[in-house]
Amino acid sequence: MTQQNRLNSGGRITRDSQINFSYNGKSYPGFVGDTLASALLANGVDIVGRSFKYSRPRGIVAAGAEEPNAIMQLGATEETQVPNVRATQQELFNGLVANSTNGWPNVDFDMMETFGKVGGKMMPPGFYYKTFMYPQSMWDTYEKYIRKAAGLGRSPLENDPDRYDHYNQHADIVIVGAGPAGLSAALVAARSGARVIIADEQSEFGGALLHSTELIDGEPADQWVAKVVAELATFSDVLMLPKSTVNGYHDHNFLTIHERCTDHIADRAPKNTSRQRMHRVRTNWVVLATGAHERPLVFANNDVPGSMLASAVSTYINRYAVVPGKQLVLMTTNDNAYSAAFDWKAAGREVVAIVDTRKQGGGVAVTEKAKSLGIKVITGSAVVEAQGSKRVTGVSVAGLNDAGDKVIGAVSQLSCDTVASSGGWSPAIHLSCHTGSRPTWNEDVIGFLPGETVQKQLTAGAINGAFDLASCLAQGTAAGIDAVQNAGLTVAGDSAAASAEQVDVNKPMALFHIPHPKSTSRAPKQFVDLQNDVTAAGIELATLEGFESIEHVKRYTAMGFGTDQGKLGNINGMAIAAKSMNKSIPETGTTIFRPNYTPITFGAIVGRNCGGLFDPERYSSMHQWHLENGALFEDVGNWKRPWYFPQAGETMQQSLERECLAVRESAGVLDASTLGKIDIQGPDAREFLGRVYTNAWAKLGIGKCRYGLMCGEDGMVFDDGVTACLAENHFVMTTTTGGAARVLEWLEIYHQTEWPELDVYFNTVTDHWSTITVTGPNSRKILEQVVDDIDISNEAFKYMDWKAATVQGVPARIFRISFTGELSFEINVQANYGMRIWKAVMEKGAAFNLTPYGTETMHILRAEKGFIIAGQDTDGSVHPYDLGMGWAVSPKKPFSFIGKRGMNREDCVKENRKQLVGITTKDPKVVIPEGAQAVNDPNEPIPMTMLGHVTSSYYSACLGHSIAMAYIRNGHNRMGETIYYPLADGRVVEAQICSPIFLDPKGERQNV
Amino acid sequence: MSDQTNTAAFNYAQTINAMDQRPVSDSGIEGHSPLHHADLAAMAKAQQASTGTVELTELKLRGHIVLRGKLESSAFTQGVESVLGLALPGTLKMVVNGDISIRWISPDEWLVVVPGERTFEIEQALVNAMQGHCAIVNVSGGQTILRLAGSDVQKVLQKSAPIDVHASKFPVGKVVTTVFAKTQAIISRTGDQEWELVIRRSFSDYVWLWLQDCCAEFSLVVRED
Amino acid sequence: MFYIYCPHCEEHREEEEFHASGEAHIPRPLDPESCTDKEWGEYMFFRTNPRGIHHELWVHAIGCRKFFNITRDTQTYEIKEVYKIGEKPTITAASVTAAKEV
Repeated sequence: MTQQNRLNSGGRITRDSQINFSYNGKSYPGFVGDTLASALLANGVDIVGRSFKYSRPRGIVAAGAEEPNAIMQLGATEETQVPNVRATQQELFNGLVANSTNGWPNVDFDMMETFGKVGGKMMPPGFYYKTFMYPQSMWDTYEKYIRKAAGLGRSPLENDPDRYDHYNQHADIVIVGAGPAGLSAALVAARSGARVIIADEQSEFGGALLHSTELIDGEPADQWVAKVVAELATFSDVLMLPKSTVNGYHDHNFLTIHERCTDHIADRAPKNTSRQRMHRVRTNWVVLATGAHERPLVFANNDVPGSMLASAVSTYINRYAVVPGKQLVLMTTNDNAYSAAFDWKAAGREVVAIVDTRKQGGGVAVTEKAKSLGIKVITGSAVVEAQGSKRVTGVSVAGLNDAGDKVIGAVSQLSCDTVASSGGWSPAIHLSCHTGSRPTWNEDVIGFLPGETVQKQLTAGAINGAFDLASCLAQGTAAGIDAVQNAGLTVAGDSAAASAEQVDVNKPMALFHIPHPKSTSRAPKQFVDLQNDVTAAGIELATLEGFESIEHVKRYTAMGFGTDQGKLGNINGMAIAAKSMNKSIPETGTTIFRPNYTPITFGAIVGRNCGGLFDPERYSSMHQWHLENGALFEDVGNWKRPWYFPQAGETMQQSLERECLAVRESAGVLDASTLGKIDIQGPDAREFLGRVYTNAWAKLGIGKCRYGLMCGEDGMVFDDGVTACLAENHFVMTTTTGGAARVLEWLEIYHQTEWPELDVYFNTVTDHWSTITVTGPNSRKILEQVVDDIDISNEAFKYMDWKAATVQGVPARIFRISFTGELSFEINVQANYGMRIWKAVMEKGAAFNLTPYGTETMHILRAEKGFIIAGQDTDGSVHPYDLGMGWAVSPKKPFSFIGKRGMNREDCVKENRKQLVGITTKDPKVVIPEGAQAVNDPNEPIPMTMLGHVTSSYYSACLGHSIAMAYIRNGHNRMGETIYYPLADGRVVEAQICSPIFLDPKGERQNV
Repeated sequence: MSDQTNTAAFNYAQTINAMDQRPVSDSGIEGHSPLHHADLAAMAKAQQASTGTVELTELKLRGHIVLRGKLESSAFTQGVESVLGLALPGTLKMVVNGDISIRWISPDEWLVVVPGERTFEIEQALVNAMQGHCAIVNVSGGQTILRLAGSDVQKVLQKSAPIDVHASKFPVGKVVTTVFAKTQAIISRTGDQEWELVIRRSFSDYVWLWLQDCCAEFSLVVRED
Repeated sequence: MFYIYCPHCEEHREEEEFHASGEAHIPRPLDPESCTDKEWGEYMFFRTNPRGIHHELWVHAIGCRKFFNITRDTQTYEIKEVYKIGEKPTITAASVTAAKEV
């Protein structure tokens, strides 16, 4: 292969290192320093995709982030697939594999093209809404083909093997954009000792200077860039981030910068390095030096490959030594774009003509230069139409009236293969818009400028509409000085702006939409948004159909909805909409840009928070034992709790039954370390407990434990647990595993904001203690084997007492409390000794078939006793009386405890509330699914009267039948009645309401 | 109730239950630090000869004692100083005296770290030195300390925590409680390139996993305490 | 992502260290039992949700665990001031309106 469009000299490429890449399965050569786009153009690849709606062939239009057509699928393997990469921003590397994303079956021969061409007239805006809505039954068929034809890349089917990460950064000044303005600002800030971050989306710093032929301080611009970059590199507090797009500008000067660390090296990141990195930056001041995007002009068939931005032509020639064609016609509204034709000529190719839409043409400088180069300039005219299908073959040129909205005079034909256009420059105000600032239209700039903002933000250069080099350098330096001073620092070192030649130019013409001899609706398509196939006619139609707000026009036509976010087309679209409605652009207003500026990979968003680091896993100190003994785990909050411990060959149900029976018949052991534990100290601790729990605490003696319910101010239960009195002013509260953090914050908010006069301190000790629950009729016998020093007989150590003891040489607090209804002891030791004591208990318990059990067994055991689990049997809509737990409420307490007033609201005391009851099924084997709704009459027509749902439901091996806890309207007064559970699978389960205490209603088993 | 107790000085020690939670010293019973099963000791042995840009040491089985009290109470501040030989540090400060350190946590909270075997001795001395309302809580089992030293540690912290760790904003002697990855840590700078993280026991595996992943591009070496 | 000055830690910290706890200055009625259902309902459920100056209760959850108040502009997200529990804001909707009229 030859690179037929490559120049023999010039450009910022390395000619001695040829590399190869593949595009749509074909291999091409390129050079280090190329982008994928420049390499494709060097190889004469004209078509890079098919358009979204009409399936027209499309070529490369731009050279930067604004590229709408060259959207590629990258990746040599399935796992490294990356969709929607702009070829203009992807640096070339050896072995790069790219595929075009639009076009089925391929970009050169596209099935849809036929449809597009024939159906083109029939596909106005809203076409899909209007056409494929009916008949609804056909949607599945339509969708399959629409999606296939439309596709904008696909996600990989395998896991991304690369590493991504996040980096938190802090700075005095962040400068966005490393063109002349940004570099000038950075230089001042760096010399003044500021902590500076300067980021630029391109592969190297310099911005437009990388393809400029202008001089700065008398030397070529790229040499000035090299000098500045070298100096910036000497400051340890300056972070330079090329290949880094500032994608979002958020509240309080927080910016997200997406750095592509290794995307330019290989298909995969080198081992141990991050492929991409998200910098999360908090900065005192921001300088936006984001430049501007050139606006193409909208004319008929302006999408035919070979139609490009004028500045892109210069970039490809000067930076990449690629001339993207042979014969150029340039259409411009301004002096600036003339350089595209000059660069083309200098590259040795033919410039057919410069078509200047202004009657007076360009300024003296460009006019003279064109003349000296022998380039024909046609003034007061425009390219009204391009010819060709897969490449431009020629253009029609015609005279324009003064307003630029009518074709006058004869239409002449020019033969060419490239038509470049420039409608002027649109400041890149995207980041400014992210802050919520509304941009303002400026007639002189012919563009939107950044609006007012509350952020500490400065702007410099082309974003302000300063499109000449000297102004950019001056504004950048001034912004640097302001930023330094605003950040409270002193300007130091040389702070004079670099100089560049000022050239007199003729005023640009405000022209967006080139008229055609035919009306817009009858002329060949004039594209506004190339990515979404939005045409000038489509926008006019939208306004005729009554869409007057620009936001509605945008949504109706899909203008600006693509991955390019309308960087090229939006202003033209607004201008066309405005004109169609006889309004000015400021009257029509603008759509607002939102993050992200360019698409960003999920990898960069996720960082290293994936795989095993997706969510923290909390382990108790006995976790290793659980792992080694085959536990399956359940997530409770972030904790991994043993769910059950299956033995070889067991089904889950068999494991649960074995674990349950072991507890009821001999002994079981549970790791209860995860329960929240809060140390409470202070002379008012007792009073405080009385205010946050529903029951009384005034008389709880030292050495005693008590169960309490915690309600919200609405009277609804939100947590529960046992609190022990350790000493006169000292308590330890337990909470549910998942509720620990919330309860602590709950205690603190009341203490800090409502009752600061109460002397009490709360400290979490959840992680400090390991808790080993030994439960079952033989639990005392096991305890006797491990407790070294105290009498644990029923007489000496009563139910609901706690005692200090030494367990196998380790000091412990033992709580005689029970969540199974069996005789139970909870051994608490400092977590550093948890594993040791757990193992000791297991060893001594072996003789008693001590069986480790998990949360699922715990749930069954407690349900047999009717004990609630806050969060499973409560849902924020039930108060203690609904739960049948009025015994845990002391309405006579002097202080109106939290929840008391709430549970006495009208709704809370009314008859017929849903109440928690027990449920047994007629067929003892049937376990009702949790969530099932009860009804009185299963034959009632739908919608049936629903009585309440099942909250907990299990098969109880010790009882020999299924049990459930459930809400039933007025359930406490319906004991013994029959109800029905109609299930989704058509079954109807007949069941009976009963007390939720299925086992040992008198509580004798725990009290032995 | 509160009005009375607020003003009354009372003997703190008699109102709370402090217990020695470690086995007697000659019992031969060793505790397991939160990262015990990660077997950092074996890694340290294997890496003895290597140097790293991130050197990690678990400062294990130290005594961690939380102090809660009011700075306005001289009984509290002087009591602490008399026992520890260190004045309570002010906002975001950490002070060190030999093997005892105090970290500021909040306007009424400090973390005292002492040698493990002296935990109860010091806790009791503190308890006995107090008058009136305060709280002294042994949390030794619930947390551990990771010391990170080396030229790349600052970068590791930047990857993990949102706090500004630049020397101008985070000098030696500063301590903060902040977000660390998806958990939290008490981070202090103990030297130009040396930092300490106090992390919670239940999250220690996550933090260890995180640090290894974070340090993939650096050279992580484990050192023995 | 807000950047919030914690009046107890005396420096700015990232929002992820904090939890918002709703509108500030909603005191619990001293005698809940004497409240009518309407009064209690207002305490429980009704909030002002203003456009502009708003006083909010926040907690430095992953930090010093202290609650404090923030005066924030709900339109611009600017934090106008922070102040401790028990203190009064110096910037209020009324003070801002008054300042504009001057």
